Amino acid sequence: MSEFSNIYSGYMFVETFISFFLIFQLRKTLRTFHPDAQWDKQLTIAMYVIGVVALLEIVLPIEYITKWIWHLLLLLIIVISFRKQEFFSTRMTIYAVLPLVVISLIKDTLDVLTTDFYITVEKYMDYAFPVAITWMIALLIRSRKQHKAQIAERKKRHEEEEEYKLITERKAELEAVVLERTAELMTQKTELQHALSDLKSTQAQLIHREKMASLGELTAGIAHEIQNPLNFVNNFSELSVELSEELEQEINNLSVSEGEKITLFAFLKDLKDNQKKINYHGRRADAIVKGMLLHSRKNTGQKELTDINLLAEEYLQLSYHGLRAKDKSFTATMQTEFDQVLEKINIVPQDMGRVFLNLFTNAFYSVTEKKNLLPSPQGDKDKTPYNYEPVVTVTTKSLNSLLGEGGSDKGVEIKIRDNGMGMNQEVLNKIFQPFFSTKPTGQGTGLGLSISYDIVTKIHGGQMSAKTKESEFAEFTIVLPA
Amino acid sequence: MKVLVVDDERDMKTLFEQRFRKEIRGNEMEFVFAFSGEEALDYLARHVHEAVLILSDINMPGMSGLDLLRRIKKEFAPPPPVVMMITAYGDDENYQQCMQCGADDFLTKPLDFNVLKEKLKTKN
Repeated sequence: MSEFSNIYSGYMFVETFISFFLIFQLRKTLRTFHPDAQWDKQLTIAMYVIGVVALLEIVLPIEYITKWIWHLLLLLIIVISFRKQEFFSTRMTIYAVLPLVVISLIKDTLDVLTTDFYITVEKYMDYAFPVAITWMIALLIRSRKQHKAQIAERKKRHEEEEEYKLITERKAELEAVVLERTAELMTQKTELQHALSDLKSTQAQLIHREKMASLGELTAGIAHEIQNPLNFVNNFSELSVELSEELEQEINNLSVSEGEKITLFAFLKDLKDNQKKINYHGRRADAIVKGMLLHSRKNTGQKELTDINLLAEEYLQLSYHGLRAKDKSFTATMQTEFDQVLEKINIVPQDMGRVFLNLFTNAFYSVTEKKNLLPSPQGDKDKTPYNYEPVVTVTTKSLNSLLGEGGSDKGVEIKIRDNGMGMNQEVLNKIFQPFFSTKPTGQGTGLGLSISYDIVTKIHGGQMSAKTKESEFAEFTIVLPA
Repeated sequence: MKVLVVDDERDMKTLFEQRFRKEIRGNEMEFVFAFSGEEALDYLARHVHEAVLILSDINMPGMSGLDLLRRIKKEFAPPPPVVMMITAYGDDENYQQCMQCGADDFLTKPLDFNVLKEKLKTKN
């Protein structure tokens, strides 16, 4: 019995060790593959309990109880290992210890049931025991290799994951950078578009200004060339009228019959009338040439400090009463919105007066045209149709730091607005061109605005522009530097 | 009074002759014509102190009116003839230039013959 007891006691420790080892393995597996699982604490407690029970087993004679504890514990571990997916990787270990556990369980069961049978079987069991041990060792070695491979693979996967995470992070960073760059580019694009449209409008203005300047020069040049021959026409036609009159007197002194005299006088009268007509139209042409020559005037007048409000008022009255004298039915409301603290500026008063006169005359002409054009409501011809009230407004405003690049320049802005015919875009584009006129032939030379433009821009270094809405209003803006 | 008119426009001769026909007929005035500065100098050299008044255009091909004026005022024995300048460009710069060169008067084209007649009468 002592021999058996020895083997048995050694066999007992094997089972204790296996239990401890299995739980340790399970815990390790959990920690490696499923760090988030709940089992860790219970498994640690179980290991302590095994240690305590093993100690008690050595000190106290309780082997007959503990051996069943080990059997049950091992069975439980095996069952749990097979049922829980988390412990899949420990199965190799379980297979390793399984024969040993089964043998010891059968042995002890037989021991309890039939002592006789046990003794018969015992020998076979003793053979089976080393086989089971060998099996266990072999499988454990294999399991360890497998485990190592798993660890390596896991490590690799982990690295890959880390790498992927890093790549994802980098990608997000890059995307943010790209977004930022795109936004930057978009802002730059809008800025550039603004700059481009600014440039385009500046270019258009420049072209316009150049066109006006060259047109002005061309006009003046043509005028100069026409002036001389025209002078001859006018002079000789005038002389011819004088000569005809002298001839008339000479004929009177002749001793020819009255009948012949009458015939001669009739011829002479026609001749004289023709000469007068030539002279009349020559003078007309001369007036136009004089207008054209105004384009080439260079600082003819002296600049002097002038109150723009007074000048504008003076010419507003002048043009209004000039038109009233010609047409008694003409009426219009004149409004002045003068900046009372307007500083005096250096201008050529006669020249600016001409500009004002042109603009006011045009404004009054436009409101009159509109008034005449508007249909009167039927049966009530005395009433002003649609209650249209012609209004011409002059506004002056002091400008500070709006002109020039220095920012310290001062100037005056003058706006002349009428609620008359207005213009369409096509007309608006041409109004500052010499000879462009919307008035019927003979009523306007088409030089008024082109000369005004020259006076404002060339003589005074100012700006002149117009805005309008067809059949609603026209507004001319003049900016003069101080 | 003998007046020398210098202008490259040949019709100026006809015009002057007709405009001053009464004065010419009444022998109050005598006109001679030159159609360039060179011609004018040539005439003046040949007829010393005959012309008392010279009317000259400024813009002429060849010798300009200003050149002519300078030479008359410089080269001719005192008293030099009265010189009136005529130009189509009535601006201040032109006027100053004429006055500096010694012009006695300055007229702008187109000529107002009534004004010219008045002026000639006072010079007489």
